[in-house]
Amino acid sequence: MITVFGINLFALFGQLLVGLINGSFYALLSLGLAIIFGLLKIINFAQGALYMLGAFLALLALKYLGINYWYALILVPIAVGMVGILMERFLIRPIANEDHLYSLLLTFGLALIIQGAFTHTFGSSGLSYSVPEALKGGTRLPFMYLPNYRAWIIVASIVVCFGTWWMIEKTRLGAYLRAGTENPKLMQAFGINVPLMVTLTFGFGVALAGFAGVMAAPVYSVSPDMGSNVLIVVFAIVVIGGMGSIGGAIITGLGMGIIEGLTKYFYPEASNTIIFLVMVVVLLLKPAGLFGKEA
Amino acid sequence: MKTVRKSIASAITTGVIATALSMNSFAVADGKVKLGILADMGGTYADICGKGCVTAAEMAIEDFGGKVLGNKIELVSADSQLKPDIASSIARKWVENEGVDTIGGLVSSAVSGAVSKVNVDNKKITLISGSASNTFTTKTCNPYNVHWTYNVVALANGTVKPMVESGKKNWFFITADYSFGHALESVASKVIKEKGGKVVGHVRAPLGTTDFSSYVLQAQASGADVVALANAGNDTVNALKAATEFGLTEQMDIAGLLVFTQNAQAMDPAVASGMRLTTGFYWDIDDKARDWSQRFEQRHGGIPSMIHAGVYSATTHYLNSVKAVGSDDSDKVIKHMKQTKPDDFFSRNAQLRADGRMVHDMLYVEIKKQSERKNKGDIYNVIKVIPGEEAYNPIQASCNFS
Repeated sequence: MITVFGINLFALFGQLLVGLINGSFYALLSLGLAIIFGLLKIINFAQGALYMLGAFLALLALKYLGINYWYALILVPIAVGMVGILMERFLIRPIANEDHLYSLLLTFGLALIIQGAFTHTFGSSGLSYSVPEALKGGTRLPFMYLPNYRAWIIVASIVVCFGTWWMIEKTRLGAYLRAGTENPKLMQAFGINVPLMVTLTFGFGVALAGFAGVMAAPVYSVSPDMGSNVLIVVFAIVVIGGMGSIGGAIITGLGMGIIEGLTKYFYPEASNTIIFLVMVVVLLLKPAGLFGKEA
Repeated sequence: MKTVRKSIASAITTGVIATALSMNSFAVADGKVKLGILADMGGTYADICGKGCVTAAEMAIEDFGGKVLGNKIELVSADSQLKPDIASSIARKWVENEGVDTIGGLVSSAVSGAVSKVNVDNKKITLISGSASNTFTTKTCNPYNVHWTYNVVALANGTVKPMVESGKKNWFFITADYSFGHALESVASKVIKEKGGKVVGHVRAPLGTTDFSSYVLQAQASGADVVALANAGNDTVNALKAATEFGLTEQMDIAGLLVFTQNAQAMDPAVASGMRLTTGFYWDIDDKARDWSQRFEQRHGGIPSMIHAGVYSATTHYLNSVKAVGSDDSDKVIKHMKQTKPDDFFSRNAQLRADGRMVHDMLYVEIKKQSERKNKGDIYNVIKVIPGEEAYNPIQASCNFS
């Protein structure tokens, strides 16, 4: 083993890589939140519950319909997105013109209801979902054994995250979206159906959570509280990155995963508080977040 | 002037109410038996002691006949949310205002500690079934604590000892970072050292960790023979999952120090099969246990955990003693509970010691392979029965309340 300044480099690299994997999940989840908040100004507290829903749908689809992991990766986000669309259309839209607090409370309540229903139906112990056959096994790196599935998580999440960022920031569709939320009246005058666009955006943001849920099912225990556990951390990440900053959410998500990994090497007891510590420091120095625009 | 009079009046009223309340707490033996079950209704431990603990107590009351001392036995239940402060205020309300005679269920050592404090102030019996820490019959023992089912000492003696004796000398701990995990780790480390083994490292993971991969990497780097999981519930399941994924299970043995049947069911049989552990109860051990467990399963919808069975057994023993002494006075009841031997499908060669520790035979079991399992609940092979005296620590002189 190689040791520099009393630090076991192999162990450290291992932790950094694991941190990057966790960061991939953070990035996916915070990206969904950032899109919904950045474009629609809705604080969606149900994002965690929808992530859990994604994992459960993947599991149930396999068990009852024989839909394997790869199909689930496409179908489940669509299904979760549909749930999101229904939520937006029938629950959030009626209060769209009220204060943000209303949608926050509504989505928080929905999250509790969804989680409660799943606990009631499936219990709290969690269920297990196997890693797909093609990604079983792993590669022995010099400093650690990297399971193939974990490597796949990093690749898939980076592709999806940056694809989304590119679509919103660089394409015409993205420009419509940004313009539509900036000045809906003007866009409607140009003949663009803004309410439909809002609904679809919400559906897309939520579908990202569903996608993260499917990705998570083989590595974490699929349990009703998996969403609420991660939600607070993800919110902290969105705040650090700057509320509504799409690129900020992705980079902060990955970065926070790595910082958490470092903490797990040097002082594991603090690993679940470090992100909040960073949040406090960032808010003190730069209240709009690392990548946010000052209001 | 008016306000002064008002405040005097309110002071008097408060005084009267306070006196009334404190008098109420002295009104002990009222001849009406009321049981309280405090459980985790929606958290990590809901499957091992949530609604199931209430069901088990209901069954005990029904099997007892529903009545004692000429009155109907009452049962109340609540969600501790695994928070000691909430548990403490519920317990206070129950015993001081609602005439509850004893509180049972009690999952999470922190919750049990809080309830035990309230109960001892009010001279009420605490029937702990769900918690693991051995503090209730050692450091924080009191005459009204009754610790049923299992504790960390029995787990360490049962699971750790045979492994060290078989030559697995170097141990690494992945420990839940709260009182239970710390207690389990320290007791198990002691056993390892006594048997000539060594603890090469440990890491403390927060309760409710979903991703154990970084802890698994540390365990891997330690070069130990055995990685001990000093945690419970979903933490154990998740830790094992990560251990398999990162190839740890091919290099080292994994010892799950506290595994409940529900968790064993949730584990992938391909990974978990062959893992050995200690439990206070297994539903399939004999006809009596099967009979009760099937009745439980019909009502609850799943096989019982050792905690569920323990709640039934402890409640039954309590009610038997109330009937025998003809009173719900805690001092009389607890004395009788300690003098008579509990004997049911759960308690084998059992005795409630003077320190409140219920000593009974424990089971050393192995998780079955998928191919050996006949149904969903068929998960363990019983390897041997560990006699109670071997499993539990001897009584501590300062806790001898005979």
